[in-house]
Amino acid sequence: MGSETANDVPQPEPPRGGDLVRRHRLSTRLWHWVNAFTVFVMLMSGLMIFNAHPRLYWGEYGANSDQPWLQIGATGGGRGIVNLAGHKIITTGVLGVWKDSHGVERRKAFPYWATIPSSYSLADARIWHFFFAWVLVIGGLGYWLVSFYNRHVQRDLLPTRDEIAPRHIWQDIRNHARLRFPTGIAATRYNILQKMAYLSVLFGLLPLMVLTGLTMSPGINAAWPWLLDVFGGRQSARLIHFLCAFGLLLFIVVHLVMVVLAGPFNEVRSMITGRYRLPKERGE
Amino acid sequence: MKITRRGLIGSLGAGAGGLLLSGCDKINANPGVRSLLQSAEGLTMRAQRIVTNRSAMAREFSAADLSPVFRANGTRQPIGSDYAAHSAAGFADWKLAIDGAVSRPQSFSLAQLRAMPRRTQITRHDCVEGWSAIGKWTGVPLKLLLDAAGLRTSARYLIFHCADRYSQADYYESIDLIDAFHPQTILAWALNDAILPIANGAPLRLRVERQLGYKHAKYVQRIEAVESLAGQGLGKGGYWEDYHDYEWYAGI
Repeated sequence: MGSETANDVPQPEPPRGGDLVRRHRLSTRLWHWVNAFTVFVMLMSGLMIFNAHPRLYWGEYGANSDQPWLQIGATGGGRGIVNLAGHKIITTGVLGVWKDSHGVERRKAFPYWATIPSSYSLADARIWHFFFAWVLVIGGLGYWLVSFYNRHVQRDLLPTRDEIAPRHIWQDIRNHARLRFPTGIAATRYNILQKMAYLSVLFGLLPLMVLTGLTMSPGINAAWPWLLDVFGGRQSARLIHFLCAFGLLLFIVVHLVMVVLAGPFNEVRSMITGRYRLPKERGE
Repeated sequence: MKITRRGLIGSLGAGAGGLLLSGCDKINANPGVRSLLQSAEGLTMRAQRIVTNRSAMAREFSAADLSPVFRANGTRQPIGSDYAAHSAAGFADWKLAIDGAVSRPQSFSLAQLRAMPRRTQITRHDCVEGWSAIGKWTGVPLKLLLDAAGLRTSARYLIFHCADRYSQADYYESIDLIDAFHPQTILAWALNDAILPIANGAPLRLRVERQLGYKHAKYVQRIEAVESLAGQGLGKGGYWEDYHDYEWYAGI
């Protein structure tokens, strides 16, 4: 490896494949686990809130006599059905009509295993949702502040000019498709697809969730009526809130698949202790 | 019984899932956890009150924005012979009483209320379930009635006693004085330029525009000014609050 410098002081060698390196800061790790729990509570209690009125509309108003954009329900024959902008999909067993843990048939949109609480209660779901909404908002704002202050965002998350070149992005997509993950020192940095995914969640989906959530509040509407104009009305905000929630779910699924593919022990350790063993360079 | 690997994994998975779910439901039912979770309501109310001006108005819409059908929910037809008799008489003898912590208890007939200065507003009604409907409401500003009765300084809340029973109890609701004196808080007697239908709360319905639908008491027959909500019902300030754990502050 490298030669020593003129005054004979040994320079620390850069880490290489097989070394254990520091990868995630404490603020990142703390926020990750608080958020992992919080987002699941928010998603599952949110699905229960949706069950109270399993229809989504575009615009200011929307109730049973108005045309929904999405509806989850049951047919007269007892089959579960999803109606998405006029396209009907039979979903018996999962959505609309399903059996609870005692084998009793229920006619609600999302099934018991996907909701908090597991049996129908709008009130309880709201209690969970609005407590953890505060955890999400306070944690998220704290993470933003710390991560701008310690330059995590600027240094690790913002893409460089080279990285946003279409050629580089295309190369990274090909690497992902062939499951060729970075090795050695390159594995300590986020690749461009990771950066885009994390940035879109941190500064896209999560703020959108909070803002569309606030747009559904009649109290906040009086304080900040511009929110209604931004999202096209309360019912539009409810629809966007729902779509963004599924965007987050998609992110979580892809995230977990990538953790499994990249080595779950090493990846989970790095998010708990902060230490990560660099994958060996190929050919070694 | 033959144990297959697939069957075993399946039942282990279902067992683990079941344990997790029953664990979640136990946590949900734990009183300590519930009171911690419910503490967020106070935080939400204070935060909303900080960012919302006392008299910040709910958005008012134009006639073009009206919902084609204004959905009725909750009680659509109060039961009982008293209400039936009032309904048969066109509510000619309906009285709205204002009492409790007031200097001059009042009783208004519907004709008197309709003769008073009125406010008409086209606003969005938001149900806790998630749906919204836009309707045009006409009624008497609550402030005028409260000024006539003269609230005593000890009064902190208004309780709205309703003529309907909802499943096990008499329906009632309550608001604080910030909402009581808000310019858009009215006792409505008309919806969409017609006499208020029974399904929507005839003859009098509270509009408290910056909160969810269950706060908008229907079939109002008595307004009681009180120092505390403890003495009414189960003490949480309303039917849904008492029996179903809905929040008293319904601004979100």
